[in-house]
Amino acid sequence: MIGLAMAGKSPWGNNSGDGTGNGTGNGDGTGDATPPRPSADKPDKPKGPRNPWLPPSDEPRRSASIEDIFKNRGPEGPRRTGGGGGGGPNFRLPQRPGGKSWFPIGIAAIALVWLAVSSIHFVQPREQGVVTWLGGKYARTLNSGTNFTFPWPIQSVAVENVSTIRSETIGNSGENLILTGDQNLVDLSYIVRWNIKNLVNYRFELVEPQETMTEVAESAMRAAVAETSLDTILSGAGREQVETRVRRRMQDILDAYGAGIAVQGVEIARTEAPEQVIEAFNDVLAARQDAERNLNDARRYEQQMLAQAQGSAAEFNEIYEQYRLAPEVTRRRLYYETMEAVLSKTDKTIVEADGVTPYLPLPEVRRRAQGQQAQTPPAAAPAGGQ
Amino acid sequence: MERIWQTHRLTILALAALAFVLMSSMIVVPETQQAVIIRTGEPDRVINRFKPDEPFGKTGAGLALRIPLAERVQMVDRRIQDLDMEGETVLSNDQQRLEVNAYARFRIYDPIQFVKSAGTEDQLRSQLEPILTSVLRQELGRRTFASLLTPERGDAMLNIREALDRQARQYGAQILDVRIKRADLPEGTPLQAAFTRMQSDRQEEAETIRAGGRRDAQIIRAEAEANAAKTYADAFNKDPEFYDFYRAMQSYRTTFESGTGDSSIIMSPDNDYLRQFRGRR
Repeated sequence: MIGLAMAGKSPWGNNSGDGTGNGTGNGDGTGDATPPRPSADKPDKPKGPRNPWLPPSDEPRRSASIEDIFKNRGPEGPRRTGGGGGGGPNFRLPQRPGGKSWFPIGIAAIALVWLAVSSIHFVQPREQGVVTWLGGKYARTLNSGTNFTFPWPIQSVAVENVSTIRSETIGNSGENLILTGDQNLVDLSYIVRWNIKNLVNYRFELVEPQETMTEVAESAMRAAVAETSLDTILSGAGREQVETRVRRRMQDILDAYGAGIAVQGVEIARTEAPEQVIEAFNDVLAARQDAERNLNDARRYEQQMLAQAQGSAAEFNEIYEQYRLAPEVTRRRLYYETMEAVLSKTDKTIVEADGVTPYLPLPEVRRRAQGQQAQTPPAAAPAGGQ
Repeated sequence: MERIWQTHRLTILALAALAFVLMSSMIVVPETQQAVIIRTGEPDRVINRFKPDEPFGKTGAGLALRIPLAERVQMVDRRIQDLDMEGETVLSNDQQRLEVNAYARFRIYDPIQFVKSAGTEDQLRSQLEPILTSVLRQELGRRTFASLLTPERGDAMLNIREALDRQARQYGAQILDVRIKRADLPEGTPLQAAFTRMQSDRQEEAETIRAGGRRDAQIIRAEAEANAAKTYADAFNKDPEFYDFYRAMQSYRTTFESGTGDSSIIMSPDNDYLRQFRGRR
């Protein structure tokens, strides 16, 4: 390629080393600015492949093509070279004293810009950069701030955000069933937060550091859950323990790999019973409510019983106090009061002679009488007690 | 300008040729690769070979030379790579099936051996994967289902790692780690059975909770009754004879006065209540 360029553009053989392919394109444009050139240029035109998009003998279009070419060089191209003389469709570079070409100046400017762009690096506060020599040999690590390196092909820089904590959610899509230690299944999703702690290791040690981290997380989480029972995880009691265990185990494994990743935290986002059995789990909750309700009923009964007993006991005690002061009178009074109340509400028959009862005609009366016999003795008892 | 070309044509051409030769004899070895130089089909030397304690930047990565045409370069990854095993059903020694998903991490530490025996990473993977599967089957098949879930598994993984490592060394690779990523019950009957068991577990738990609630309620009621009885006894036991009278009075009132249904009382004039009726003392 270089050889061909030199062969085609003998006038600038010394420059073509820098300009390579584009140098020939420029050569056509600037060639028109210098009077002696056209004759030398003309024979070039038919060699179409050099730049076939350039129409022959069309001055304005040609000069416009210079701009196009500079534009194509990159973002800095038009600005720097445009400084030589403004834009415009019929733009023509002014003559340089001595009738020399602007071309070397342009190349030098571009080289300067390129030098600046590829050797000065502004590394943002959370970032670090890895500098590699031509060919990928590790040179050094750039910390945040303004850094200088050799220009691009010699040294290249890859900047990466290291201290921002990234998070990875695992098991978020659909059901993520994990076997627990008591051979049950739990639906679990969790978040791993991590950042890069050693950028060099992160870049050079593992083929796929991020994927490795996810796999390690999954392996560690499943191992930790397998050491715990379903209830501990579901109730949230063992959650923290699982989280710290997973974090520690992940860090150990990743360190063993030299992954350059720091695991900042593992948080369990969702623990649920599998969808298939969630009814049964809800029933357990319902059972707890049922049991609680039963206990409440019993406690209410207890309070009632106790209150009633205390009330009755207190009532008796009061009366008994009075009775002790005047036993006979109180007893009589109570007796008469009761009898009064009882007998005033009932039909009374007083029978003089014994043996009349069988002759009472109504079976109704007889039935009552029979009932009466069972009740009369206690009524008589206190009287008999006297 | 023209004259430069005319007079130095040969020099320029020679320089260009030299540049071409230099470029084709220079190779670039990135930090992440080891380059195996193969001279006429035979691996000759390695550039940037992995050594555990070398810090990056001092490993031999960067520019290196080779003899153009005679020497060919094959790049071998220097980083830790992964060997993923697809889900495999493993039978534990108590005949339970478990769907196991494992991975291994390896590094090619002897690129010459690797180039001779495996050739490419993909080929190495396809060689190692069936070995991993069979070793895993063997090792896990010796254990009970329950012990596959427990931390004891770590010991099994160590054995698997060693067995796989022995094989991988023949390919110039070293197995760093083998881990079970997932251990699941296979879809279908085993999974359904597990769900059914979980369900019945929960039903049992629910029933136990309900029964426990009933029992506790009963105990509370019994205690309440006992307490009440004690309260009564404490009060009434001060004078049982008076209590009998007092309670009888209350009972009459309840029975006759506020009881439902009409009652008739047939009394003999000898009744104590009617004592004064006759004017007797």
